[in-house]
Amino acid sequence: MTLEMRSAGRPGIYKGEKRRGLALALPAMLWLGLFFILPLLIVLVISFLTRGTRGVQFTTPVTIENYIDILSFPYVDVFWESIGIAALTTVICLIIGYPLAFFIATRKSRIMQNLTLFLVILPFWTNFLVRTYAIKVMLGADGPLNTTLMNLGLIQEPLQLVNTQLAVLLGLTYSYLPFMVLPIYASVERFEFRLVEAANDLGANDLRAFLRVVLPLTLPGVIAGSILVLIPTIGAYITPDILGGTQGLMIGNLITTQFRGTGNWPRGSAASMVMMLLVMLALIGYVMMSARAALTNRRRPVE
Amino acid sequence: MEQTAALTPRPAPGAIEFNQGKIARDMLIRRIGKIGLAFNPIFAYFFLWAPILLLVLFSFNDSRTVATWRGFTLQWYANVFNNVVGTEARFSTNLMLQSFGNSIVVGIVATILATTIGTMVALSLARGNFPGKRLLDGLLFLPVVIPEITQGISLLIFFNVVLDFVNQTFGTTAQLGFGSIIIGHVAFNVSYVAIVVRARLSDMNPKLEEAARDLGANEWRTFWRVTFPLIVPGVIAGSLLAFTLSLDDFVITFFVSGVGTTTLPVFVYGLLKLSVTPEINAISTLILLLSTLLIGTAMLLLGRDAVKL
Repeated sequence: MTLEMRSAGRPGIYKGEKRRGLALALPAMLWLGLFFILPLLIVLVISFLTRGTRGVQFTTPVTIENYIDILSFPYVDVFWESIGIAALTTVICLIIGYPLAFFIATRKSRIMQNLTLFLVILPFWTNFLVRTYAIKVMLGADGPLNTTLMNLGLIQEPLQLVNTQLAVLLGLTYSYLPFMVLPIYASVERFEFRLVEAANDLGANDLRAFLRVVLPLTLPGVIAGSILVLIPTIGAYITPDILGGTQGLMIGNLITTQFRGTGNWPRGSAASMVMMLLVMLALIGYVMMSARAALTNRRRPVE
Repeated sequence: MEQTAALTPRPAPGAIEFNQGKIARDMLIRRIGKIGLAFNPIFAYFFLWAPILLLVLFSFNDSRTVATWRGFTLQWYANVFNNVVGTEARFSTNLMLQSFGNSIVVGIVATILATTIGTMVALSLARGNFPGKRLLDGLLFLPVVIPEITQGISLLIFFNVVLDFVNQTFGTTAQLGFGSIIIGHVAFNVSYVAIVVRARLSDMNPKLEEAARDLGANEWRTFWRVTFPLIVPGVIAGSLLAFTLSLDDFVITFFVSGVGTTTLPVFVYGLLKLSVTPEINAISTLILLLSTLLIGTAMLLLGRDAVKL
């Protein structure tokens, strides 16, 4: 009886908590506002300023020169190449990652599923620099890959692999493959495999069943995985720096050089803003695509 | 099971047209698919693991090159701890250990701050209701998706502007250092902690808190006696994630660290950007060991929850 009475009066108790919810959020709001949003706004402002002389990094007048600079030769080429490398990395990760996620999700026992999944996650938890260095060691002139190819008689001279775009592509694929596998695995794990049998019974071959049943229903995982690979590869810095040398420059390296030594801060800021715009566009694309995929799947009379 | 069978329309036996060509083609497609599915994991796991395992192996190789195996040695590890790393003149064991110490200090302080602030904001987002909540929710995801390089340079500019202003106004000589590194690490770690803790909070039944309140506990008591014990695994997971990210971070630290406050990744970067030597392989192996120990601890502490991360 008393319990019921107290419950009935509960809305009153929670009034104070609504205000305190804000108090709990304040430290995070302040920290992010001061050390994340404000710095980004400063970069935005500087991207419209002019480079000063004698140690002054930026000064008036206000100009859009930096953006024109960044979006014309030679800088714009770096942007196109980075977008190309990021897109190609995403496609390669998808080609390797999709069947791998499928393989993990279709393991019969729970233990094997966890083990095969764990073997994908573990490299991803280790230090990024060390992983990139490991690829550099593999691709070196006297590294295991070249030595093996020479011992097999396939090549006479060691191939120049480090400091090429190919090395950057390989390094990025290696680093971000787990990002592709995990969301797809989550999608495939929920997939009802009897639907494939149904499609087969209705006369579809495996390819058709895959394209018309499996792929559409696991599309949310594919989209999520692709965006998780695409975004960090657009902004990659370490991989092209260590594996690409002067051949595999990406936006990240372009930005960094503008802030080191005799760089140009306003130009670097503009490049940084354009890169952020690219990332935002990719995110908006993701939100729109995943909303559409969810809608199409809901319309389907299956599940 | 029976229901599905009933729902699956099967053509009447007489209606099937046996087209030998189609059957042969379908079988070929199935075979190609099977071969692909069998081959892909072998290739993928080899691709993921061969570089790491070979790196570890070659750190024990009795040869300066990584071309062939010439026998076991601990020479390179001994070198690392005796001030020798190939041709690197700038290397010193002291500097390495000092940067490792810096990494640990930065990691611990940043983790404590990020875990506290992150848990608080997760609680407020899960249970509170205030104007701007949705905006804050979106804002929290930004540090996770914005490229590290953008965060790095924006913090560099920010600290430069602020330090210039402070030093000119007050005549001080403040510069980049532990403070700026920790501020940067907390700025991205708050989001990770908040996301992990929030996931845990949304799994929790809010009726438990209501029951505690109904039984007469005040908010403070309800939090410490009911809510907190239930979200502890999430808080631990979040803090371990934050510590790992802080310990591994290179890009942001690279921009906001000052003289004498080099962290281990920044120190190692200087070494491995330039050359490949067996000593660097040894250092890399030690870092891999450190990562593995951290993950092992996380797994032991969290059990099954760890997989969800």
